[in-house]
Amino acid sequence: MNSLNFHTIPWSARIGMVMIVIMVFLGIAGPWIAPYTNAELVGDVWEPMFGNFLLGTDNLGRDMLSRLLYGARITLFIAFVATLISFTMGAVLGFFAAVQKGWLDQVLSRGNDTLMALPTLIFALVVLSVLPANLFTLIMVMAVLDSTRVYRIGRAIAVDIEALDFIEMARLRGEKKSWIILHEILPNALTPLIAEFGLRFSFAILFLSSLSFLGLGVQPPAADWGALVKENKDGIAFGISASLVPATAIAILTISVNLVADWLLSKTSDLKGGEG
Amino acid sequence: MNIATLIAQRVALGILSLFLVSILIFVGTEILPGDVATAILGRSATPDAVANIRRDLGLDDPAIFRYFHWLASFVQGDLGVSLSNGQDIAQSVGRRLQNTLFLAGTAAIASIPLAVFLGMVAVHYKDGFVDKFISMTTLAAISLPEFFVGYMLILFFSMTLGWFDPIVSLNDSMSFLERLYAIILPVMTLTLVVLAHMMRMTRAAILNVMTSSYIETAELKGLSGGVVIFLHAFPNAISPIINVVVLNMAYLVVGVVVVEVIFVYPGMGQFMVDHVAKRDVPVVQACGLIFGGIYIFFNLTADIISIISNPRLRHPR
Repeated sequence: MNSLNFHTIPWSARIGMVMIVIMVFLGIAGPWIAPYTNAELVGDVWEPMFGNFLLGTDNLGRDMLSRLLYGARITLFIAFVATLISFTMGAVLGFFAAVQKGWLDQVLSRGNDTLMALPTLIFALVVLSVLPANLFTLIMVMAVLDSTRVYRIGRAIAVDIEALDFIEMARLRGEKKSWIILHEILPNALTPLIAEFGLRFSFAILFLSSLSFLGLGVQPPAADWGALVKENKDGIAFGISASLVPATAIAILTISVNLVADWLLSKTSDLKGGEG
Repeated sequence: MNIATLIAQRVALGILSLFLVSILIFVGTEILPGDVATAILGRSATPDAVANIRRDLGLDDPAIFRYFHWLASFVQGDLGVSLSNGQDIAQSVGRRLQNTLFLAGTAAIASIPLAVFLGMVAVHYKDGFVDKFISMTTLAAISLPEFFVGYMLILFFSMTLGWFDPIVSLNDSMSFLERLYAIILPVMTLTLVVLAHMMRMTRAAILNVMTSSYIETAELKGLSGGVVIFLHAFPNAISPIINVVVLNMAYLVVGVVVVEVIFVYPGMGQFMVDHVAKRDVPVVQACGLIFGGIYIFFNLTADIISIISNPRLRHPR
């Protein structure tokens, strides 16, 4: 990884990075550059694109561009925070299981298998039917379900690293397990985990969008991009493509993230399942 | 180890994980901080009303007692009664489950031969245009939300060309062919979603075999590339391919949830989503366990097939 030279980065990954930077900028600056606020009724219902409004208007006559710009922030925020929590939780527990071994590893791993035996979306639906519909619940449900994947990968990587000599040295020096996790395993596991982070982030965006599309994610009046698709989906049956605008935004974002993640994965693939 | 013992172990493991999943679903809906009674009543929850509902639903009994009661009735086909409309859940779910399996099954029949065929084509034209195409479609398949694909198809095939209805409705008077025609768009959406993964894995499985020396022999005999791939490499790559196919079928049954909502398809996914919004817990529990059961069943099948198709296990020394 030392040879991280800009010229060695493939074009696809460069495009992905530029797009992500633009999206993040729009997410932060959105409310200031949006031509209208996100709740303002400014025109007719479902006005076409490139007319009075660049991206047309939505099902209530609000400016689509402004709603997209406001929605960028909440979409990126939820997906990012959920991925971050999922990583912290999954990696810490995975490392811990790998270092601790024994019955604790067994309990954690079998529990993880059980969570993974049920498809993520179905499990989310089951839990969301009783939990209060708010942002905290949404983020935590996304994070906990996703952390099962991170746990499995984190544990596998840590088991590989754990077998290496320098861990044995640290053990013999009498270092504590938490010290070994923080100072020996974490730095060595970071590179493959970062690549995985990209994949999980793009999955979180899609998962959030699906939940909001089903009406179970972000609740009105706030709206992420998935919720914008849901709001405008009834137009499709009349040939009105308004819901494709936020859907395209989601697609561009996830493709960009995947382009970068793909490149990171190919750079770190020699670290995973290889010698160590 | 004996192959029968291995399979028996896998089946036992599958039943165990189904059991654990049922506990998970029950715990997820009954013990989490959100309370069913308050959820049903919403903002109108007065302490008296909550107490009444709790008594009616038997929520005052110990959780473990309620769990076994629920599971025992479920196994006997009694899924309980919907909270929102008082109807028998087994009755409403039965027809919808059929519709869902019809949709997912048709998508499987359409996508599997296509994916395997395209995978073989990709091996034939390795490193060329087809390979680039595959990695592009794979990227698209893991990046594009299902509703993006679905709505694009609707706009093109329903609006521009006017070939299919954007909303799928099924009724009893329809013949099999009419039903098939009605679900073409959702089937296309599902196919596009699972195609890339199956295609890529088929290609990888065959390429893996292509390095064997008997393939070299076949090539040196002067056989054409297509014959080598189809008659020599493919039969030996079939077990990993079947494995991927079965895993994708498990995915199909679940991926169907979003697709059903896109096309307003009268299936179990749409039904479940509606009742999550209504906080109709018994319905959600029943649907969750059925979906979970199907998912576990397919994963189990994939495991068993890979055991059976492994010659080292089939002919123990």
